[in-house]
Amino acid sequence: MFGWSELIPALPELLVLAMACVVLVVGLYSSNRSGGGFIVFLSVLTMLFAIIITAKDHVATVEFSRQLLFNGTFIRDGFGDMLKVVVYILMIAVFFYAKQYLRTNHNVRGEYFALLLFATLGTMVMISGHSFISLYLGLELVALSSYALVAYSRTDIKGNEAAMKYFILGAMASGLFLYGVSLLYGATGSLQIDEISSAIARQDNDMMLVLGLIFIMVGIAFKLGAVPFHMWLPDVYQGAPAATTLFLSSAPKIAAFALAVRVLSQGMENIFDYWQPMVASLALMSIIVGNIFALQQDNLKRMFAYSTISHIGFMLLGLVGGADGVASAMFYMIVYLIMAVGGFGIIVLLSSKGIEAENISDFKGLNQRNSWYAFMMLLILFSMAGVPPLVGFFAKLYVLQAVIAAGYLWLAILAVIFAVIGAFYYLRVVKVMYFDESETDQAIDVSFDVKAVLSVNALAQLGLLVILPVLFQYCIYVTRTL
Amino acid sequence: MTPELLQQILFYLFGAIAIGSGMAVVSVRNTVYSALFLVLCFFNVAVLWLLIEAEFLAIILVLVYVGAVMVLFLFVIMMLDVKKVTKSQLKSGYTRAAILIAAAMLVELVMLFAYRLQNQLPADELIRQGLEYSNVAEIGMALFVDYVYPFEVAGVILLVAIVAAIMLTIRKRPENKQIDPSKQIHVNPSDRVRVVSMDAEKGNGEES
Repeated sequence: MFGWSELIPALPELLVLAMACVVLVVGLYSSNRSGGGFIVFLSVLTMLFAIIITAKDHVATVEFSRQLLFNGTFIRDGFGDMLKVVVYILMIAVFFYAKQYLRTNHNVRGEYFALLLFATLGTMVMISGHSFISLYLGLELVALSSYALVAYSRTDIKGNEAAMKYFILGAMASGLFLYGVSLLYGATGSLQIDEISSAIARQDNDMMLVLGLIFIMVGIAFKLGAVPFHMWLPDVYQGAPAATTLFLSSAPKIAAFALAVRVLSQGMENIFDYWQPMVASLALMSIIVGNIFALQQDNLKRMFAYSTISHIGFMLLGLVGGADGVASAMFYMIVYLIMAVGGFGIIVLLSSKGIEAENISDFKGLNQRNSWYAFMMLLILFSMAGVPPLVGFFAKLYVLQAVIAAGYLWLAILAVIFAVIGAFYYLRVVKVMYFDESETDQAIDVSFDVKAVLSVNALAQLGLLVILPVLFQYCIYVTRTL
Repeated sequence: MTPELLQQILFYLFGAIAIGSGMAVVSVRNTVYSALFLVLCFFNVAVLWLLIEAEFLAIILVLVYVGAVMVLFLFVIMMLDVKKVTKSQLKSGYTRAAILIAAAMLVELVMLFAYRLQNQLPADELIRQGLEYSNVAEIGMALFVDYVYPFEVAGVILLVAIVAAIMLTIRKRPENKQIDPSKQIHVNPSDRVRVVSMDAEKGNGEES
């Protein structure tokens, strides 16, 4: 039996769930004209409170003692707490950008924010999932909300097509994942991560275990968007409304990362030799394919999609580095998602009603139109490319250090070569912004709060430098106790 | 005939029908037939569950899946007017590739289980419970105590499904001819019908 005390560590989840329902109801009474200001306020407030609750308990459980709750289906540990706080912070930015986007399109509905909150809940369930049941349910909660968010603007045929593709491929990936889980259950007799881990330690190489691992790996790779399971990503990123694309590139990626860490590093650390080559090949293929294909894109959303694939590859390289590499992968993920949210945020800001500023030509002469936004975009793009003074460079550096320490020098060299190739397409956008003539002098009409969020978001590329070593040390600290 | 033998015969009989109807689901060309074969499959699986003393689950399977889900499925299939699959469609490259992959999977799985059975014998006899043992209570404990957290999350998933479905389908189209009853009630006769008083026409028609 469980007591009420068991609910306290799950308080952030309960808060987000309750507020999602509140937003759903409040959304019914807020008209399109009011612009959904109150809903956004509620959503942001939820995230702020969630940060406070999570951080408070995090400090209270000193020594990062892990708590297993609800019969071992839920885990509260330092790793999960940190990722959750990152999710909350990203979601605050997502809410502001989404408000801006929906207002320009005169399509503000409460359900959009309610679904965003439900998806946030799903990522939280995944992050603190300690049994394959809760991991899978979290996965589905995120996926289901995402499908609806992609199909949000109903008259947009491209969006509907993207949602359809996403739905079918996502359902198939879920099926493969579940199939792997059932094989794993057959091999180990448990669905709980720690029990699976000890069961694996007891038996020597079991083919059923490996086959299950392969299927689970496919599911994880699909959710992350790693090559060769990346085909959905460019289409969905391009077809979805910019605000949804922005969301897809933020919290769900953290959830997929948490899934990978929980399953691979926590549950299957004893068969590291089996999954390391798989992750390494996924990483290498993602870096190569992502960077090469991004070179040919004229559509910025599509280009960012391929760049996401290459960054996911880089993050997976960190996992190749074993236990020490997890911290570098985590750091890379956090830093990259802050950049990605900022990058899509600018696309949202430059969009006008019905027209998304998704082509690279839309950024022509941005410096003349508004030099501040151009500078923000410059910071984000340079950080993505890994230009030295910005955090993107250090994130890459830590991952490469972990890979070299694990003895994969050739992998590190290949990754660097393709990262340099990748720098070209980021710099091309910078060139277009600063050296091309502007085709339009339409003013960029953005409310003050969104402008402030974007500025903080982009300046974080510089600001994070101050706490860089602390942040990385903290990543190492929380991943030690996995 | 011993009870054990009878049970084995029943197991293999219903197991064989379940597998056969399962294969029919994917190989029959008429979609309605394949839905009906799925119903048959569910019935047989329910019997198999009865054999391992999971009476409650067996009844729920029949009630929920056969009684509700499959009826809904049949409704949808009949409403969608699905065309029969032609023979030429079956011979497309996709089918061949699918068969190839399925065959590879089958070989893999058979090898896997053969390998496992070599190493260890299958599980012992089923533990038979006494009369006082309650299936329902056990499932209730599992759902609402052991797995209460996943259970609640599953509930949230259903809520999201409802919200998403309504959000995506509810719409106000300009060409919509939907009737609003409250507006209908509030209509005055004078808004709709204009009574015009006219002088009666005289004459026998020749003048006009």
